Amino acid sequence: MTTIAISQPQVVLQPGRLTLLLRYLRRNKSLAIGLLLMFALIAFTVIGLATIDHKTAYPLAVKPKQPPSAQYPFGTDFFGRDLLAAMVIGMWQTALIGVLAGALGTLIGVVLGFISAYFGGFLDAGIKGICQILTPIPAFLIQIIIAGSLDRRDVTIYTMAFVVVLLAWMGPTLVIRSQVLTMKERQYVAVAKLSGTGDLGIIFGEILPNLLPFIVAAFATQVFAAVFVSFYLAVLGLGPLREPLLGNIVWAAQKQGAFFNGWWWWPVEPALALVLILGSLALINMGLDELANPRVRRTE
Amino acid sequence: MSLKTLIQRLLFLVLVVWAASTITFFIPRISSKNPIRERFAELARTGGFSPQDMETIVAAYNQKFGLDKPLWQQYVDYVSSIARFDLGVSFNKYPKTVWELIMEALPWSMALLSVTTVLSFIIGNLLGAVAAWPRAPQWLRTVATPFILLQGVPPVLLGILLIFFVAFRFKLLPISGSYSIGTVPSLSPEFMLDVSRHQILPALSLIFGTVGGWVLSMRGMGVTIQGEDYVLFAEHKGLDGYTIFKDYYLRNAMLPQVTGLALALSSVVTSGVVIEQMYGLPGLGTVLSSAIQSNDFLVIYGIVLFITITVATLMVGVELLYPLLDPRIRHE
Repeated sequence: MTTIAISQPQVVLQPGRLTLLLRYLRRNKSLAIGLLLMFALIAFTVIGLATIDHKTAYPLAVKPKQPPSAQYPFGTDFFGRDLLAAMVIGMWQTALIGVLAGALGTLIGVVLGFISAYFGGFLDAGIKGICQILTPIPAFLIQIIIAGSLDRRDVTIYTMAFVVVLLAWMGPTLVIRSQVLTMKERQYVAVAKLSGTGDLGIIFGEILPNLLPFIVAAFATQVFAAVFVSFYLAVLGLGPLREPLLGNIVWAAQKQGAFFNGWWWWPVEPALALVLILGSLALINMGLDELANPRVRRTE
Repeated sequence: MSLKTLIQRLLFLVLVVWAASTITFFIPRISSKNPIRERFAELARTGGFSPQDMETIVAAYNQKFGLDKPLWQQYVDYVSSIARFDLGVSFNKYPKTVWELIMEALPWSMALLSVTTVLSFIIGNLLGAVAAWPRAPQWLRTVATPFILLQGVPPVLLGILLIFFVAFRFKLLPISGSYSIGTVPSLSPEFMLDVSRHQILPALSLIFGTVGGWVLSMRGMGVTIQGEDYVLFAEHKGLDGYTIFKDYYLRNAMLPQVTGLALALSSVVTSGVVIEQMYGLPGLGTVLSSAIQSNDFLVIYGIVLFITITVATLMVGVELLYPLLDPRIRHE
């Protein structure tokens, strides 16, 4: 005779938000690895900014052309910059350009995309037409002209970000436009409209909250593009020449023939740093894409 | 394809060219920087003439380039000279026109970019298709993964790392330049071999930097296509795997990729310009970057406009070729 255990009504423990987030990250590996890399880079920059002497990131501060050693873990360059300090400040400036240009580009995209899709008519035709005409034009080349038209001495981190933004809003505009177009046909919008909610109420109360994942994904894409483009501009010598922006370090190293002279650490270090930055951004993008588009979720 | 769509696409192309040339016309004129003044200030500093003469020289040049006319007339002149393929003259290499400089550099750029784009497109799409094909052997499917990881890395960064490992550390290939210093350009096989050895690293940087994007999008496409009824039908008909892969699966998955190729052209050109500059190859990118360094403004505008028009034309061209691939559009 066996006793039958009567199952007690168990208290189901609702997992906390943090556990849920961690569980999600375990499934979405690219987002997790990307975020981890990003945190490591931020930690490096923040600790660096707090501990290093900022002056050593600029020319004539230390003994030039030293290979990596105990005193200068990253070596020094031809102009007498401590590359560790230059990398810390360069990472910070690269991040600043990326975030500034990304945020501005996304903001313009969201506003234009909204106006275009929500109000339709000739506004929509105009905005969409301009985006379509500008898309085949290689934005980078136009940015070369803009950056080249600026007085070299006036170029700062902020003008760089501005130059990048000028031709970087078409992508987010088209993405947000197409999303709003599908969303405004949803039933909850119709219900809100029937119950007398105004345009602004529908935009901010109904559509915007549902659009948030797409805006975040567009932002991540924009930051990636901004870092990419500002790096290319700087490699061509169009950056703020005084600053140790990562692209500028590469440009200076190329100009002084670093590989021919055997100063390999000079161009390789900023290149590796950028690979890490862009790699983590690409992984985060892929992860967010999975979050924003349920259709590509778990394709394997 | 109907005549109407053809005319529509050509009109669109004209519009794109007009927009590009208008942007390249107005941006430099909005800026406070005067390229002629800047160029001659540079010369004056190195001691060519006294600063007093500068105003006369600048005025003379303003007249020569028509910069003293009203803006609208400058604009009309500019657009009409572009229509005649007249892009002006180079400051730095004076008797040469911008058009001559472009034509000298173009074959190098064309060779590098067309070979790398085609190779990257083919390799990437095949790898991506195989990666999503359930019947492919496991080892073949995993080959694609490292390329996907490379997807976020710009070709220029790969270029630096390739130079470091292949050319600097192991001295397998030359660091930069288009041929070894000291050799005389000729059509001999040795020289041709030397030139191609110099093209390997730039080509590899461009291929590795772009192939991941194709793998990723093709894999996504492949996963969608597998679920389609016609693939299932082909399987039930008992067709062999190769036929299904080639005619039912690959061909349908390729269609959006061709559109993707048209869209990718501008990023390919962007990377190509910077790669050429970095490896010191004699292409448009190097001409452009040396023009940037020496304030040779007509060369900058000319090259930018030339590349823009080429890319836009190629994009429209790919779109016009689309019906050859997709019979559904042809019959409409």
